[in-house]
Amino acid sequence: MTFNRRAFLGTSAMAAAVLAAPRLYAAAHGGKPKVVVIGGGAGGATAARYIAKDSDGAIDVTLIEPTRTYYTCFFSNLYLGGFKQYDDLGHSYGTLASDYGVNVVHDYAVGVDRDAKTVTLASGDSLPYDRLVLSPGIDFVAGSVAGWDVSAQNAMPHAYKGGSQTQLLKAQLEAMPEGGTFVMVAPPNPYRCPPGPYERVSMVAWYLSQNNPTAKIIIADPKENFSKQGLFEEGWQKHYSGMITRIGPDFGGGNVTVDPAAMTVDIDGEVINADVVNVIPAMKAGHIAAVAGVTDGNWAPVNPGDMTSKMDENIHVLGDASAQGDMPKSGFSANSQAKVAAMSIRGALTGSQVFPAKYSNTCWSLIAENDGVKVGASYEPTEEKIASTGSFVSQTGEDAALREATYQESEGWYSGITADMFG
Amino acid sequence: MTLLARFSLVAVVACLAQVATAAEEIGDAERGEALFRQCQSCHQIGPDATNRVGPHLNGVFGRTAGSVEGFRYSKAFERAGSKGLEWHIDTLGSFLENPKAIVPGTRMSYRGMADAQDRADLIAYMRDFSASPANIPESDPTARAVSHDLDPAILEIQGDPAYGEYLASECQTCHRVDGQDSGIPSIIAWPEDDFVIAMHAYKTKAREHPVMNMMAGRLSNEEIAALAAYFATLE
Repeated sequence: MTFNRRAFLGTSAMAAAVLAAPRLYAAAHGGKPKVVVIGGGAGGATAARYIAKDSDGAIDVTLIEPTRTYYTCFFSNLYLGGFKQYDDLGHSYGTLASDYGVNVVHDYAVGVDRDAKTVTLASGDSLPYDRLVLSPGIDFVAGSVAGWDVSAQNAMPHAYKGGSQTQLLKAQLEAMPEGGTFVMVAPPNPYRCPPGPYERVSMVAWYLSQNNPTAKIIIADPKENFSKQGLFEEGWQKHYSGMITRIGPDFGGGNVTVDPAAMTVDIDGEVINADVVNVIPAMKAGHIAAVAGVTDGNWAPVNPGDMTSKMDENIHVLGDASAQGDMPKSGFSANSQAKVAAMSIRGALTGSQVFPAKYSNTCWSLIAENDGVKVGASYEPTEEKIASTGSFVSQTGEDAALREATYQESEGWYSGITADMFG
Repeated sequence: MTLLARFSLVAVVACLAQVATAAEEIGDAERGEALFRQCQSCHQIGPDATNRVGPHLNGVFGRTAGSVEGFRYSKAFERAGSKGLEWHIDTLGSFLENPKAIVPGTRMSYRGMADAQDRADLIAYMRDFSASPANIPESDPTARAVSHDLDPAILEIQGDPAYGEYLASECQTCHRVDGQDSGIPSIIAWPEDDFVIAMHAYKTKAREHPVMNMMAGRLSNEEIAALAAYFATLE
C-alpha cells in the first residue's frame, strides 16, 4: 500500500475533525476517555500496551484477564518436545501496570451492555467504556467430537489453550508405556494456528524418538490438506520414519468417536486403544464475544480497515475470535491487528493521526531439533475483507544450516513478540 | 449540523480514505460466476466437482499444470507441467487470454477470452474454490497488492519519524526496540543511509530473506525513509 500525500492529508483532516471528541467527552463526562480490553493475549495485551504507551496517559486503559501469569499457547509445542521449560512460556502483567499505567484486572468478563457501554465482571463490578476491545481467543464447539466435552479434558486434554492443559499433556506423554499409542484428533477449519497440530505431532514424535522410540502416533484428521503439509511430511519421513500415521477424510479421519473412560478412539468403525488422546475440537470465538452479541455463527465479523465489529462500531474484535478474511488465526496476526486497532482507537478518542492499515503474519514451526520452517504472508484491507497480497513458505530439501537459522529466528520472534505484548 | 451528523461525516471520510489506499480485488467473483457458464460444458468447479471432458478446477491455484489425479492430459499439458508451469493469477490470465499460445497442442477447444476484466472476474470466481489463506497461509493471494516503483533519489527522501513510529510497530513483533538480539538482529540506532540501503536490498531481493523480502517489498520509498528516520532516533 502506498502512503501518498493525498491520503495523508485526508487522514490528517479527519484527525483534526475528530480532535473535538476528547474535549466534548471531558465536558460531558468529566474524565478521560476509557478503553476496556477483554483478554490479555497476543491481541489484547498488545492493544492495551500500544493504546496506553502512545496516548501518554490521555486514555484510561483497563485490561481484564483472569490469569495472573499468562502462559503462551505459541511455543507450547516446544515445551512438549523438551526444547522449552514451562516457565519459559510464562509472562506477568506487572510491567503493563507499572510502566504503562494499564489498570490490570484479574477477573472474568461475564457481560457486555452495548447500550450502556459497560462490561460486567464475575465479581459483580461494572466498568464503563468508550471503546471496547474484545480479544478473547477461542472456545470449543460443543459436540464437535462425539464422546468428548470439557468434563473429559483431564482424560483427553486439548492443550490448545496455554497453561495447565499443556502441562497435563506433557505429563501424559512422559507417562506413556513403552511402545504405546498417542492419538491426536485434529480440528476442522478454521482454527487457531493452522500448522499447530502438526508441529505438535512433530514435537511429540521428537520426545518419543528420544525416550520411547517404539511408540506410535495416529492423527485422525477431517481435513484433506493442511499448512506446510509437504514440509511436515518430508520431516516426519526423515526424522520419525514409521512412527506417524495420518488418517485423512478419505479414510474416515473425520468420523471419530472417543470414549474417555475406556481411553478408546473409534475412527470410522475401527477402535483404537490409546494411551494418550489429544482431542482438539472445532473452535469458535471466546464465549464473551457471543455474550456481547457481536458473533455471526462461530466468529465475530469485523471491518477490514480497523477491526471494528460489523455489529457495533464501538467494539473492536481482535485475533482468533474475529472473522476478517484471509489472515490465519495466530498470535502474530492478533498482534498485527492490535496495532491497527490501537491506532484507530487513539484516532477516534484523542484525534491522533490515523495511517492506512497494514497487516502481516509469519508462523514458524519446529519439526525436529534445529529443523525449523516458516510460512508468512502480507495482507491489506480491501472493501470486503483483509486479503492476502503475497506469501512465502520454506521449501522442502533446504539444507540443515538454513533450517537451524530459521529456528534461531523463531526464538528471536518469541522474544520480540512477548516484549511487544508485555513491555 | 448536529454532532451526530458531523461524526457520521467523519466516518464517511475515513472510509473513503481507506478505500483509496486499499488493495485491489482480483475481480468481481459474482460476474465471474456468470462467465464460468461458458466453461461448464467441459469443467466442473465447487463441491462434488469431478473430471469431465476437462479436469475439475477445485484447488487450481498453486497447482502444477497437468497434475489432477485421474485425468488423462494431452502430451502438451504433461510437458508444460513437467517444465514447471503452475497456475497462479498471472499464468491463468495468460492461458485464458490465448490457451494455445501458452500450451501449444492443448486439446482445450476454447479460442480465448479477450477482455481483461472478464478474465479477472472469472479468475476471482475460480479463486474461491482453492485453498483459503486463512487456513493454509502459503496458498495463493486473493488480492493484488499496490505496486511500488523505485525512485532514483531514494536516499534524498527525508523520512517522517512520526509515520516511521507507526510503521515500526510492524517491525517490533520480531525486532526488540531495546536492541537485544535473541536470534533476530537489532535495528536501532543505525545511520539512516545504511538502514535505507539494507531495506532496499531486501525490497529488490538483492539480499535474500523471505520475511524481510516480504516486509520491505510492500514499503514505499517514503516509508523506508520514515522507518530509517524513526529507528535512528532510538537508543
